[in-house]
Amino acid sequence: MENRSANAELIQRLEAYIASEVLKQPARRIDGQAPLISSGLVDSFSLVGLALYVEEEFGVHIDDTELSASTFDTLEQLAELIRLRRGQ
Amino acid sequence: MTTLGERLRQQAAIKGDAIAVHLQTAGQPDASISYRELVRGSTAFADEYAREGLVAGDVVVLIQQHGADLVHAFWGAILHGVVPSIMPYLTEKLSPEQYRNDLASLIKVTRPAAVVTYPEFEGEVRSSIKPGSTVRRVIVTGQEGSAADVNPPGAIRSDGGAGDIALLQHSSGTTGLQKGVALSHRAILNQLEAYGSVLKLGPADVIVSWLPLYHDMGLIAGFLLPILSGVPLVLGSPFDWVRAPWRLVDAVSRYRGTLSWLPNFAYNFSAQKIRDRNLEGVDLSSWRAVINCSEPVRLESHRMFFERFKECGLRWEALQTSYAMAENVFGVTQSDLSRPPVVQTLDREAFLVEGIARPADAAGAKIASMSSGKPLPNTEVQIHGPRGNLMPDGHVGEIALRSDCMLTGYYNRPDADRQAFRNGWYLTGDYGYLSDGELFVSGRKKDMIIVGGKNIYPQDLEALSYEVPGVHGGRSVAFGVFNDELGTEDVYVVAEVESEDPREHERLADLIRQHVTKNSAVALRHVRVVGPRWIVKTSSGKTARGANRDKFLRELELLRE
Repeated sequence: MENRSANAELIQRLEAYIASEVLKQPARRIDGQAPLISSGLVDSFSLVGLALYVEEEFGVHIDDTELSASTFDTLEQLAELIRLRRGQ
Repeated sequence: MTTLGERLRQQAAIKGDAIAVHLQTAGQPDASISYRELVRGSTAFADEYAREGLVAGDVVVLIQQHGADLVHAFWGAILHGVVPSIMPYLTEKLSPEQYRNDLASLIKVTRPAAVVTYPEFEGEVRSSIKPGSTVRRVIVTGQEGSAADVNPPGAIRSDGGAGDIALLQHSSGTTGLQKGVALSHRAILNQLEAYGSVLKLGPADVIVSWLPLYHDMGLIAGFLLPILSGVPLVLGSPFDWVRAPWRLVDAVSRYRGTLSWLPNFAYNFSAQKIRDRNLEGVDLSSWRAVINCSEPVRLESHRMFFERFKECGLRWEALQTSYAMAENVFGVTQSDLSRPPVVQTLDREAFLVEGIARPADAAGAKIASMSSGKPLPNTEVQIHGPRGNLMPDGHVGEIALRSDCMLTGYYNRPDADRQAFRNGWYLTGDYGYLSDGELFVSGRKKDMIIVGGKNIYPQDLEALSYEVPGVHGGRSVAFGVFNDELGTEDVYVVAEVESEDPREHERLADLIRQHVTKNSAVALRHVRVVGPRWIVKTSSGKTARGANRDKFLRELELLRE
């Protein structure tokens, strides 16, 4: 339960970043289970920006070699990855 | 006169065990390929082509990921006299059905005899080949006992004459894949000689590139030029670079790179997306030219790049420009590497409205125009007016060119050849002006959109939007609008529908975004759905992209005011 609420906050912030900075539609809602990378919603040119944001906001490093759908493809998966790496 | 294959063998005889290519792949140590190994690995592929019954002049399509197999499969084709055409491989986001359609378009016009691909992709390729197709063989690389591992039987072969077609280059999308630029050995070698002389390419040079080999800038400047000139090449992959743009400057620093080519957006991207810690210890003082090419060149992009990397020893004079196209093999012009490109400060109004490059006076609005340099010694450039008349210096018109390195033709497309030439001059479809022998490129006559150096045909995107239920044929337009922050164009689609309901518009806009993104090379962000009678049509009923783009931008201006 605690994990879920921690993730919910992460998801919200990631969603806001992707909606405004990647999609340029700040009001846009993104489902936590919607594919981001394999759908092209987050294109390859936006991946490094997302990794820089995650590092700056959450202090979590995502290596360039991990920037593909096999590491994370949804907001929920990305939030879980951040939570685990923060050791929470 | 000679062929690419003979030239490779000559270089191998001189260079022997010297390194031809340092291959870089993320997460792996760099792999070095000497000239001797390059010829050996390529000969194995040539033998494989021979065993598969391919003969000189057959076209072979290469769909392979970055790596040694692609390098060897390409040169193997050259050595065997078959005509290679490198096609992009399937990316994560592209729908497999669309890729199959694209491949089918390519096969239909190009009529290849074989496709070379990697094991994971074999099924995809086989399902694109219809019964009765010209494709006789699908060659799968990277498997146990594959081409690279067998002993060459040393078959005697002819790699053809100088006038024969050496290779084909395609741009992306359905339209681009049906228009292969066919280049002869003679044209390519003439280009390499002319371009190499302008660059003063020499034994101390090291070329560093991450550009894809299915694009002219990558294939010619970042592959054939170094290998056939005996200049070491450090070759990375576009897939890795876009996820880690520091890889380019890191490679230049470690290998003491001297020359690189980049599309304009890459200057912005590199300046914005590299962490400070990735620049620690990076030394760029060896970089004598970083050449901006393949989309409109912007002074602002050079400034951003310089500001970011001057601490690493980058020199301002290293930032250079070129105007190039596959139809001239590659380079048309190149700026003088001994000084920064010429920049003119123009009267904005006169330039944008009248098409005249007039120096700005102190009071009026200004616009900076950066030169793409002077024509290569083997290439003549003219500026043509609307009736084919010659335009004087400083007057904008269509850029026309003539050289000894022009395309042989669009492969199996005599209709496209007829459209492209007028009295022996190739009409580029780009607008620009000449001033003291320098070419300034200002825009495009064709509706082509250039995103990150990639040519996108708007008709392909429009056709995809019509596949969305509720959007009718002929009722949408796609166009590009320059984005200063990104240093390249943003793609916009405006679609007209029956409904006036804003919520319905939003829903359709979303469907168009998803469908176009999934089925093209573009990640479409900007879609506007409008009500009836918005789209401007010409008197003949065609959609006028320019007029619709202007209307869209005017409305956007009004909203901002």
